[in-house]
Amino acid sequence: MTVAIIDYGSGNLHSAAKAFERAARSMEDPQAIKVTRDPDAVYRADRIVLPGVGAFADCRRGVDAVDGMLEALTEAVRVKARPFFGICVGMQLMATRGKEHVITEGFNWIGGDVVKIEPRDESLKVPHMGWNTLDMVREHPVLERLPLGPKGRHAYFVHSYHLDAANEADVLARADYGGPVTAIVGKDTAIGTQFHPEKSQRFGLALISNFLKWKP
Amino acid sequence: MFKVRVIPCLDVKDGRVVKGVNFVDLRDAGDPVEAAIAYDAAGADELTFLDITATHENRGIMLDVVRRTAEACFMPLTVGGGVRTVDDIKTLLRSGADKVSINSAAVSRREFVKEAAEKYGEQCIVVAIDAKRVKRAGGSERWEIFTHGGRNATGIDAIEYAQEVVALGSGEILLTSMDRDGTRQGFDLPLTRAIADSVPVPVIASGGVGNLNHLVDGVREGHATGVLAASIFHFGEFTIRQAKDHMVRAGLPMRLDP
Repeated sequence: MTVAIIDYGSGNLHSAAKAFERAARSMEDPQAIKVTRDPDAVYRADRIVLPGVGAFADCRRGVDAVDGMLEALTEAVRVKARPFFGICVGMQLMATRGKEHVITEGFNWIGGDVVKIEPRDESLKVPHMGWNTLDMVREHPVLERLPLGPKGRHAYFVHSYHLDAANEADVLARADYGGPVTAIVGKDTAIGTQFHPEKSQRFGLALISNFLKWKP
Repeated sequence: MFKVRVIPCLDVKDGRVVKGVNFVDLRDAGDPVEAAIAYDAAGADELTFLDITATHENRGIMLDVVRRTAEACFMPLTVGGGVRTVDDIKTLLRSGADKVSINSAAVSRREFVKEAAEKYGEQCIVVAIDAKRVKRAGGSERWEIFTHGGRNATGIDAIEYAQEVVALGSGEILLTSMDRDGTRQGFDLPLTRAIADSVPVPVIASGGVGNLNHLVDGVREGHATGVLAASIFHFGEFTIRQAKDHMVRAGLPMRLDP
């Protein structure tokens, strides 16, 4: 079993790779974590992870700049139904469009736009940077046994935009930051988190483990 | 619910923690990676490394420290000190830093903030501001930016500067009062509040923490989103958990995950 973490020049791949390696090590059936920019390796992988930090348009350009990557990714996830995990901007790219500075096409796997968060409470700063709890919207295998809710564990967020999903059914969890913020999305074999599981200590590792065990 | 951040800061020189840390039994009190692992286990919300290595040759050591920390700690890590070029930022982020703090390079060339934010996103660019109260002729007082550990005056107004770097793309401000740094008298609250209220991004208060009430004051009176401290944690005076419990008792929302 191999897990491909896509290297498209964006993001902090090192910590994502290390977190997946750590989570994989503690499993009965260890999976090999492979950071790659080879579309063929992505196509052949059993699971795929798309990290991403920075601006939506930059990340999209990064994916497009690797010849054949988008095709391999789409084929693997949408046709071969391989489990996919998008992190931060990697999750946002699953949307129809990004509206950060300019309008950019996303993969359109999850209907909706990536829009600026606008907390109602003026004392709340943007970026939403720090730790927040999550409220479950819909049950999902990747959320199994995770302590959610106001008294649950925290996830680490760093973002100014979020995925405003068109269909409520695609949202698995939200955070509250002067209004609802989409925290986890899930549709078919793809999930995505706005927060950084690789930076969310034990909670993040538990979520990654769930993803690695998930057999959709 | 969104929580207030408690951030220990480690000064690192030539790959070693300056003065060491002694809050738990470490095999090597001077190893920043061991200290980072201990703070991760203690429930710190973020960690900051400030590289005070003087020579260019030894700066590679810091990258190794960052790399080894990111392998062992799954928590947010900010690294600052001597960041002058977009390439410096790239190598730090590639090594495992989540945020990079820029200090004097932004003072001497503001456009650097813009270049950095455009390339890597505002969320990972922190501008570190060292400010000091200055009395002008005529008796009016204001805070001005100082560089080189408070030795070099620039004559730049701190509030205007903060607004300027945020407009250029700084996603967070790390604000240190050079009047309070090392005094244990608490943050400069009027300064913290003045900056926090004049920018839309999070402000981290730093400089002067001597007791746990100071941390509460930084948030409540200073309007800081997070509080940074060094010595009160490094030498075992207070644990991160004690700090957070105290802040909870004062009514602040804190993350107490095991």
